Amino acid sequence: MDTRTENVSLEDLQKIVGEEHAREATDEDAVDGVMPQFVAEPGSVEETSELMKLANDGGLTVAPRGSGTKMGLGNPPRDLDLIVSTVRMNEIIEHVPGDQVVRVQAGVRLDDLQVQLATEDQMLAVEPPERGAGATIGGIVAANSSGPLRYRYGTIRDLIIGITVVLPDGTIAKAGGKVVKNVAGYDLGKLFTGSLGTLGIIATCNFRLHPRPEAGQTVAVELGDTLSAGQAAQAMVHAQLVASAVELHWSEDHKLLTVLIEGIPPGVEDQVETASYLLKGFGDVRTLSDEEVKYLGPLDPPRVGDEDVAIKIAHPPVELTGVLDSILGATERRGVTPRITGHAGTGITYVALSGGDEIARVQAVDELREIWVRRGGSVVVQKAPVQAKKMLEAWGPAGDYLGLTRRMKDKFDPRGILNPGRFVGGI
Amino acid sequence: MEREQLIRTMESILGTEGVVHEREQLRSYECDGLMNYRVVPDLVVLPETAEHVQRIVRTCYEEGIPFVARGSGTGLSGGALPVESGLLIVMSRMRKILEVDIPNQRIVVEPGVINVWVSQEVADEGYYYAPDPASQVVSSIGGNLAENSGGVHCLKYGFTTNHVMGAEVVLADGSVVHIGGGKAPDAPGYELLGSFVGSEGTLGIATKITLRLSRKPESVRTLLAAFEDTEEAGGAVSGIIGGGIVPAAIEMMDALCIEAVETAVHPGFPQAGAILIVELDGPEAEVAKQFDQVIEVCEENNASEIRIAEDDAERALFWKGRKAAFAAMGRIANDYYVQDSVVPRTELGNVLKRISELGKEYEMRVANVFHAGDGNLHPLVLYDNDNPGEAEKAEELAGEIVLACLEHGGSLTGEHGIGVDKKKFMPKMFTDDDMNTMQLLRCAFDPHGLSNPGKIFPTPRLCGERPGPFHMHPIQQAGLAENF
Ligand SMILES: Cc1cc2nc3c(=O)[nH]c(=O)nc-3n(C[C@H](O)[C@H](O)[C@H](O)COP(=O)(O)OP(=O)(O)OC[C@H]3O[C@@H](n4cnc5c(N)ncnc54)[C@H](O)[C@@H]3O)c2cc1C
Repeated sequence: MDTRTENVSLEDLQKIVGEEHAREATDEDAVDGVMPQFVAEPGSVEETSELMKLANDGGLTVAPRGSGTKMGLGNPPRDLDLIVSTVRMNEIIEHVPGDQVVRVQAGVRLDDLQVQLATEDQMLAVEPPERGAGATIGGIVAANSSGPLRYRYGTIRDLIIGITVVLPDGTIAKAGGKVVKNVAGYDLGKLFTGSLGTLGIIATCNFRLHPRPEAGQTVAVELGDTLSAGQAAQAMVHAQLVASAVELHWSEDHKLLTVLIEGIPPGVEDQVETASYLLKGFGDVRTLSDEEVKYLGPLDPPRVGDEDVAIKIAHPPVELTGVLDSILGATERRGVTPRITGHAGTGITYVALSGGDEIARVQAVDELREIWVRRGGSVVVQKAPVQAKKMLEAWGPAGDYLGLTRRMKDKFDPRGILNPGRFVGGI
Repeated sequence: MEREQLIRTMESILGTEGVVHEREQLRSYECDGLMNYRVVPDLVVLPETAEHVQRIVRTCYEEGIPFVARGSGTGLSGGALPVESGLLIVMSRMRKILEVDIPNQRIVVEPGVINVWVSQEVADEGYYYAPDPASQVVSSIGGNLAENSGGVHCLKYGFTTNHVMGAEVVLADGSVVHIGGGKAPDAPGYELLGSFVGSEGTLGIATKITLRLSRKPESVRTLLAAFEDTEEAGGAVSGIIGGGIVPAAIEMMDALCIEAVETAVHPGFPQAGAILIVELDGPEAEVAKQFDQVIEVCEENNASEIRIAEDDAERALFWKGRKAAFAAMGRIANDYYVQDSVVPRTELGNVLKRISELGKEYEMRVANVFHAGDGNLHPLVLYDNDNPGEAEKAEELAGEIVLACLEHGGSLTGEHGIGVDKKKFMPKMFTDDDMNTMQLLRCAFDPHGLSNPGKIFPTPRLCGERPGPFHMHPIQQAGLAENF
């Protein structure tokens, strides 16, 4: 047995969170095949703090977890003793409709939150694909998950206005506040966005909200080739339309660029007309039924099987055609089948690779990474079998900021107990 | 390093025209827009390139000399206040627009570029740069980035931080990092760019900045509504936002402010207890319908007059009046102190009442102009420096106002920053643990605290590094000298 976990027993954990909220881990708790010893579910920020202190002093490695929908993101952990799950920290602390802000604990599920906000015709303007699987707020922030709505509202880093975190040594710290406009102190909310549980545990978050649009409609154009995909996306981006999303869906079954128009009815009708007119030059245009919209997405990464490798290519938006060509080229030659979706308006393209053998899929990713990193973008593995991950490295190269990134990690987590190995540069 | 030697070193990097060392000339850099704090810098340098900045900072690092970046010096919290025995690095010779990339909706600029130049540069293409601080004709993009500046249109479109996509930064040890994706989104790793924006020059110097450009809206409509008092105007604000409308801007001015603006720039504003300027933009049909809704809400809240801007000229006049508000105070008072704080929108009424009570208590006039949509107040405390003790009293009153905002769930500052001005209030908003944790960030970026020291935090945190970077000196390394 692990020497570290000899320092800490299940009873020690139970003393903090209560007997029924700490247990031995089971196979399902493994992260990329690495089995933890324990799972603890703190019920409050204070309990989280005590747990972290215990882990830090005992040298236990920790993986924070929400609903676990993104545990496949990043590299396999070098080490894992304890999972700290935020699922019991699921209180919506305060929703002030007049201020359009909400404060929530990290374990609140986005879907539950949206239901509550909808009673006041408001919403948190993110729509990550894992939402249906129960994604929690803390997980969404930690993984910087986004969806089609980022075209209009930005990503969660643009919506977070305050945060409370628990550091490995148990320190509870907050930053920001509950007003939308605020420049007092450093913006820890942004620093923790996308930090994948490597700096501390996110305990509560405050967000700015938006009114729910009264009406919405999706216009789609059937694309003939990759060139028209790029051109259609550019036409939407440079029009005076206020679209909520500009999405690409590209697979054997369909090749579509879709544009979501939302707002109040007369505006939506008008804009749908404009969008349709502008898109006509690129292929057949139609408005989509609700069922079709639902069928299409948002699914990034597209539905993946266990063997599949899903990646996210971030690129300058204008390069869309080139991205598609590179994907088709890298896969066709290797007998791999790509399924592509993407936020065509913002320069994010997701690809699920299936078929062919594992080496072929890995090589296709390598090829794409070589191209798109050179051209100022990145290729990040979203999901892959452990075997493939070992060959791939989830994040690809970081730029000249890697040293700074490491120093940040060292300052927040000097003993390196949080998610060791999962992050960029082996952090 | 002796001052003389430092001057020579700097001149060898920048030429003589890039170094200011005469006492009289140095004085013109002794403060920023917050004039009650003054420190004459030891030396002022004016780099022309990123490489210059890097060599200057490298020298500072090796010699343990603190440095402060300065853009246009319009900051209102003392962010660009020089530090004693330190170097002031002025970015006003780095004013090139490096690249315009309309297809990707990006522009790459040097930090000294003036905010409004960006919009001017791309106007013909139908684009603009959204963050529009009232100081936009003078303030620099580097300063905007460091302060995370806001503007009247930030309610709908976000602040500087939502529009900066990438930056080249010279860190305090002279190394260069490129943070943020620039043209591609979602660079892997920590959100270093989001942490850097708004850090008030304490994490390093930005030498190249990539901004997001926004498409000009199809339609813009602006109205000005007059009310009997700020309470009724406030009711209209709540009604508009509560109706699910996100205006491009919604600004309020009270009677005193209107009076000052009228005297200064004659926009022809109605005489009223309060006026609102409301602007909607977006798709034509949507704007048209919501504009009618706004008019209705104003009427319901007893607007005594509603003026609709008939053309761009009239809209410009409304905004001229608004943007001149600070400067206009000079017409009705010898001196004024600009406060910047935030309250939750639903607390506006309560806080305005409190401000007026405080004004009476202190027997001082307070004019109010603010970004009503996001609860960002700018109370202007009027005083006369010639009356002994009044300046101190004004500052005290301004402090009371900030604390009242905090009590109502707000923040110390919405856009002007903490700087030196408000660091004493930081413990009222944050615990020691909060501030120490924030400073871990500082320790990662600038472990020796050389970049703009003494700002934001009342007590600097030690980073557990070896004291001072002196051990890095090459002469020492070569064993030629002891630590002196
Ligand atoms: C009349 C008036 C109206 C104003 N209106 C607004 C407003 O509406 N909204 C608003 O937000 N602010 C406003 N301000 C405040 C001020 O204009 C902003 O804070 C502005 O962004 C400062 O820019 P600057 O170039 O003058 O920066 P400076 O005052 O020179 O510096 C500000 C800070 O930025 C740092 N800095 C400067 N350049 C760099 C760089 N390249 N890299 C790193 N750090 C750097 C400095 O060290 C300092 O801490 C107003 C000021 C005035 C005088």
